Amino acid sequence: MSPYALLIAPFADYEFLRRALVGALALALGAGPVGVFLMLRRMSLMGDAMAHAILPGAAVGFLFAGLNLFAMTAGGLIAGLVVALLAGIVARTTELKEDASLAAFFLVSLAVGVTIVSARGTNIDLLHFLFGNVLALDDQTLLLVAAIATLSLVTLALIWRPLVLECVDPGFLRSVSRAGGPVHIVFLALVVMNLVGGFHALGTLLAVGLMMLPAAAARFWARDITLMIAVAVAIGILSGYCGLLLSFHSGVPAGPAIILVAGAAYAGSVLLGSVGGLLRRGIPRRHLEA
Amino acid sequence: MNAQVQFRNLTLGYDRHPAVHHLDGAVECGALIAVVGPNGAGKSTLFKGIVGVLKPFSGKIDLCGLRARDIAYLPQQAEIDRTFPISVYDMVAMGLWRQAGLFGGIGRKERDRVEAAISAVGLTGFEQRPIGSLSGGQMQRVLFARLLLQDASLIVLDEPFNAIDTKTAADLLDLVRRWHAEQRTVLAALHDLDMVRANFPEVLLLAREPVAWGQAGEVLTPENLLKARRMCEAFDDQAAECAA
Repeated sequence: MSPYALLIAPFADYEFLRRALVGALALALGAGPVGVFLMLRRMSLMGDAMAHAILPGAAVGFLFAGLNLFAMTAGGLIAGLVVALLAGIVARTTELKEDASLAAFFLVSLAVGVTIVSARGTNIDLLHFLFGNVLALDDQTLLLVAAIATLSLVTLALIWRPLVLECVDPGFLRSVSRAGGPVHIVFLALVVMNLVGGFHALGTLLAVGLMMLPAAAARFWARDITLMIAVAVAIGILSGYCGLLLSFHSGVPAGPAIILVAGAAYAGSVLLGSVGGLLRRGIPRRHLEA
Repeated sequence: MNAQVQFRNLTLGYDRHPAVHHLDGAVECGALIAVVGPNGAGKSTLFKGIVGVLKPFSGKIDLCGLRARDIAYLPQQAEIDRTFPISVYDMVAMGLWRQAGLFGGIGRKERDRVEAAISAVGLTGFEQRPIGSLSGGQMQRVLFARLLLQDASLIVLDEPFNAIDTKTAADLLDLVRRWHAEQRTVLAALHDLDMVRANFPEVLLLAREPVAWGQAGEVLTPENLLKARRMCEAFDDQAAECAA
């Protein structure tokens, strides 16, 4: 098979693959940087929890309007934000830590969501909810995902300084500015927004994949946050491209294929990464003179 | 002399238990004060009250018109995430927040100031190092460089020289003296009484209650120190309500 037939022809020949590629690219651009911040704030699992929290909201939208993009997006956004705020309130007002309260909320959310979808829809609908359908992105959905990516990048640029400071030295930020609280909420909104975008393409269970896997992999390649974000976005985009090719040539479902490639990139980074990768640690090198 | 900070019958604490009990007095503008006392004496609590992290149970802290951003605070245990990928340069540059704020640019002049601050704490050459690779003393130097840039009129240092070698402590103490010479007000919680006697004209000896406050030589007497040491560290769960 020629390189053209292997790497480019599928996208040249099939419109649905081109759409899927654009969707994956937009997701990687928006979710990658958000994932890096989640990871650096030790909130990686929170992304997972939030992704599940979106489900009942989207399901309620589905209940009222069927597979309607607007209703499901609005439902997902509202549910995600409500759970994020409730978990934050429970963590702040009780002894329970934020991760534990989130775990409680997301388990309940997942159960509620699956119940609602099952009550009204078919098993196909449920599969669509859980795993998405990256090969069936229509214009509206593509526009939504692209808009979310744009909004994320612009917002991150605006809140960059206090967000970084909130991660490194929250006490100092408190002493010089009151921006900490609002910035945290804006950041949570970004997480929810990107997960809703990912939800349409990859479904609840995989939406977090394009957010966290590239971020975790990028940690092994960069010591500087800007570079780390660039690497995460690149890994996300490559995962989308390679995953779609893998799916096209081998018949693996597209969503899982993308996440599998991202997973492989993560495994490869853990092994080979230039910053603290296992191989580097494993090879003994003579120590330096000073 | 004008007062910079006024304590009026101030009581601060946790869970209704006082950690600073009925403190009265004034910190003059440009004063250099060492706050000494055993562990649990309320030094950190007092500082948290001054910077507004902790609200008083009763009484008042009057900052005489100082705004929050005029106060630079070095906490004892900064909640700094040392694993975060940020360079020494960027960490120090955060001290410019007061001028730059959320969006303000950092120009030639500001970059010069950042470099001057890094060199003043003896970290030239470390600019691009991630903060995770620094030793404890080097990290403290970074935080002092950031304090330098903050250009605050009141500087509050909570045990700034703990777990730090004598060379680093001496270097950082030079900066404290420099702030004093620039008429800034400096409050520092310290344990090394020799260092206090040699460098701090004024001392507040605290043991939950204020034991003595004044000239270093008059405060750091054996009787006062003994009195401070006798202070009971633990809160009394059966303590009655304070009538005063």
